[in-house]
Amino acid sequence: MNNYNKLLCDISKPGRTGYRLPPDELENIAVEDGIPAGMLRKDEPALPEVNEVDVIRHFLNLSQKNFAIDKGFYPLGSCTMKYNPKINEDMAALPGFANLHPYQPEHTAQGALELLFELEEMLVEITGMERVTLQPAAGAHGEMTGLMIMKAYHESRDDHKRTKIIVPDSAHGTNPASAQVVGFDVVEIKSNKDGDVDLESLKAALSDEVAGLMLTNPSTLGLYEQNIVEVAKLVHEAGGLLYYDGANANAILGISRPGDMGFDVVHLNLHKTMTTPHGGGGPGSGPVGVKKHLVPFLPKPMIDKKEDNTYYLNYDLPQSIGRIRAFYGNFGINVRAYTYMKTMGAEGLKKVSQMAVLNANYLMHHLKNFYRLPIDRVCKHEFVLAGLGKSELHVSTMDVAKRLLDYGFHPPTVYFPLIVPEALMIEPTETESLETLDSFIEAMAAIAKEAEENPEMLKSAPHVTPVGRLDEVKAARNPVLKCASMGGEN
Amino acid sequence: MFPYIPHTEEDIKFMLETLGMKDLEELFADIPKEVRMNRELDLDAPKSELEVQRLMKSLTDKNTSTDEMICFLGAGAYDHYIPSVVKHVTGRGEFYTAYTPYQAEISQGTLQVIFEFQTMIANLTGMDLSNASMYDGSTATAEAAAMAADATRRKEILISETVHPETREVLDTYAHFNGLQIKTVPMADGVTDVEQLKGMVSKETAGVIIQTPNFFGIIEEVEEVEKLIHEVKGLLIMNVDPMSLGILKSPGELGADIVVGEGHAMGNPMSYGGPYLGFMAATTKLMRKMPGRIAGQTTDHDGNVGYVLTLQTREQHIRREKATSNICSNQALNALAALVYMSILGKKGMKAVAEQSYRKAHHTMEKLEAIGYKKVYDKPFFKEFLVEAPKDPADINKTLLEQGILGGYEVGKHYPDLKNGLLFCVTEKRTLDEIDLLVKGLEVAK
Amino acid sequence: MREMKDLLFTNEHEWVDVQGEEAYVGLTEFASKALGDIVFVELPEVDDEFSMGDSFGVVESVKAAADMYMPIDGVVTELNTELEDEPAQINQAPLEGWFLKFKVTNKEQLGELMTPADYERFCEEEA
Repeated sequence: MNNYNKLLCDISKPGRTGYRLPPDELENIAVEDGIPAGMLRKDEPALPEVNEVDVIRHFLNLSQKNFAIDKGFYPLGSCTMKYNPKINEDMAALPGFANLHPYQPEHTAQGALELLFELEEMLVEITGMERVTLQPAAGAHGEMTGLMIMKAYHESRDDHKRTKIIVPDSAHGTNPASAQVVGFDVVEIKSNKDGDVDLESLKAALSDEVAGLMLTNPSTLGLYEQNIVEVAKLVHEAGGLLYYDGANANAILGISRPGDMGFDVVHLNLHKTMTTPHGGGGPGSGPVGVKKHLVPFLPKPMIDKKEDNTYYLNYDLPQSIGRIRAFYGNFGINVRAYTYMKTMGAEGLKKVSQMAVLNANYLMHHLKNFYRLPIDRVCKHEFVLAGLGKSELHVSTMDVAKRLLDYGFHPPTVYFPLIVPEALMIEPTETESLETLDSFIEAMAAIAKEAEENPEMLKSAPHVTPVGRLDEVKAARNPVLKCASMGGEN
Repeated sequence: MFPYIPHTEEDIKFMLETLGMKDLEELFADIPKEVRMNRELDLDAPKSELEVQRLMKSLTDKNTSTDEMICFLGAGAYDHYIPSVVKHVTGRGEFYTAYTPYQAEISQGTLQVIFEFQTMIANLTGMDLSNASMYDGSTATAEAAAMAADATRRKEILISETVHPETREVLDTYAHFNGLQIKTVPMADGVTDVEQLKGMVSKETAGVIIQTPNFFGIIEEVEEVEKLIHEVKGLLIMNVDPMSLGILKSPGELGADIVVGEGHAMGNPMSYGGPYLGFMAATTKLMRKMPGRIAGQTTDHDGNVGYVLTLQTREQHIRREKATSNICSNQALNALAALVYMSILGKKGMKAVAEQSYRKAHHTMEKLEAIGYKKVYDKPFFKEFLVEAPKDPADINKTLLEQGILGGYEVGKHYPDLKNGLLFCVTEKRTLDEIDLLVKGLEVAK
Repeated sequence: MREMKDLLFTNEHEWVDVQGEEAYVGLTEFASKALGDIVFVELPEVDDEFSMGDSFGVVESVKAAADMYMPIDGVVTELNTELEDEPAQINQAPLEGWFLKFKVTNKEQLGELMTPADYERFCEEEA
């Protein structure tokens, strides 16, 4: 009866259309007259022929197969899945922002430039840095940009030996990958039993070949790095720079600034900390802040203010690493972040971190009764459990995660960080109420009980989702990456 | 109180009591004193929604949007029409407030969207497969260069001088750090100089990058380039405008190995340059060298069809320090907009939009020639063309702006030999009346 | 049928089956279990020349990727292209699923490889 489970290519019907253009008054101009036949397509592209009604129903029904923050609790550690305020969307869609051409004259875009300039100032204040570029499109893009700046700095001092970046074993996989693509070698150091950087391991790794250290603080275990002052001192004494991965910045707004901790470079994820939506995997925005000695290396262009208080795009940056993308960053995302920061103000942003940390500690306090907590000390915005801690039950963290789907919750991040076996990384964020936290605790307790009494229930979970556990091996062995029925032109 | 923080004073008190703490300070007692902030942030006081709206209006009042100007500016960002249906789909909270679809069972919406996006990009470009999208067209091009180097185990990339100057700058930045050697193939008469290219390709060449329609709107002759690069077993990388593919021969037919481009014009507003989406398509042979996310079809234990992120071993979170790209995200929401756009236009609509853009651009060109604006190159073009202004193009654009017209791109800043060059763009959105206004404006300005 | 007792081993969990002037190389059961269901194998080309420790190919499961390393110096003489179509063979019978055959160019290096007893101890330490 309904065919909404199908792909668009399967409901396509020749002759059906979903668009209408104004009449073509220039039909006398023939494409064939201006373009040689060899450059023209012979057949129409293999795209569907569907009606607007088909399109809306297709996508609306698809949307119902997604879990989303607007549907429920999403405690995905390290991802800061907090509520995305609706006004942010409305502001980014204002024609005065959405319909600006990136190359229109600067004097016709002063509002946009002012917004970007002021957003930079706000991020400077929060991070304790000298200046911030808003260009990077995502966290990973920010990491890449920050590492390029570090490399350019050492090169500018004719210090060409510094080819290594130190990364703790608890780091996000992106850190070593970013270092690699910027041409660094990666040296991994260990964490100690409290989850902090192991100072001896760090000392052993430091040398005049080290360009810098990448660190997340709070760490991926959700713990504030106890040795941060000593770590910064050691790295700086060895001539290296400190890079702050801002993935966990939701814990420190108005509380502790990377700049004061000793970091030279920082990236923030506005799609985490500043409530811009994740969009199902992007777009994000990953601004990069630097201390004074690194300012000359920031990417082109920067937004600067003239004496007459007008704003302009400054390309006159002789030591800059260059361009890292076209135009000036994910402007629409930056409008959303600006809207949010104006809404919250200084007081609100600090409260964000306080409530995020309170929520995490409250969950940790209760959940450690049912799951194994490897490091029991006050956490920041998130914490990591080591699964059920009962290997005799043969129930894995993956089983727990899948069973949570049946209870209507998005599971925590699983099997990360790599240094905790069977890891469940839980980040509630500040936008969740006491009642939501309590119902999550109840579900987690019920699952722990099921693991003892009815482990099969967990292993075969989820039971109520649109599809069951999917065969990833099949998908990888025989990749099917596009709809077969419509075919390409080949 | 804050609209996005649900805690009452009572809640906070109760939670602290549960934790055995007397105040919120205790939650932060583990932070060493010397790195604790000892003052409040120096930012504004919180604002109500109404106050924020007023503030934002005061900012947009300082902008002149393309709703208030007639846009003849392109050069990589295009004023194509966006059907209403697009924002109604991308505005669904189920799509835009979801994370990356790592939990496949509750992300079938996003995953099927990626799968359908891959299908349509592959079909539009005539390639075997596509990824889930990248940051933008320029970074997709830089990633394609790294991919070609990885696949051929060579380091040298040739890029035509007719590729968008900002794309070339981005490639230069990436290359400086990842060790690729970039050589620019000079242009002759507005297109890639194939004679020069002959002397440049060698067994060291990982790939050659051609943009078509190129920065000047001209459709490049790719056949010869394809032969040259494949003779030395290098890869042909094409950067294309997807809006042109309703009428132009697909890169797949032309023998491209990797196809990239900027996809924003399909359903995404110009938004002062971002967020946009880069797309990337390739041959099956290069499947495992592709950066970025890819969704694949599979089944669950009951045989139901479903979608998962697949071939993940290519990606940074598994490859870590062996990765050739560090990209973790895609521009999912922008790709959704592009998918809805391609769905609603379909095979006929993509062709119709391309034809109308082509016709209106050629109509405008003829009119400009008639009033003495000479075309710089006599070559086949799509929706953009370069004319020689009779005087400083900045002055001409100023006069146009006074008449509510956003004029052409001044190419002289990138091509000193073309200091009087003005690059105009005409999309299907422009009316014949608007074109007449441009012609009048240019007549006055000269 | 190949048996563990007749083989030599590397600390990258590869087995080496020396047959006169040539040798086969494959992945041990220990490694194939650690990787999980193998979904993809990338092989070099015949006549490719490698030194001991060079990466000659890649083996991938859904969630992991590992390089294959040359156990000793050699020149590739034959590839097991069946693995490319059916990588699951490695999980099903690790000792049968050889990756490539190569001409041994430096016999002395064989002395640096582990005996079955050494390898057993090595695995116990790793587990």
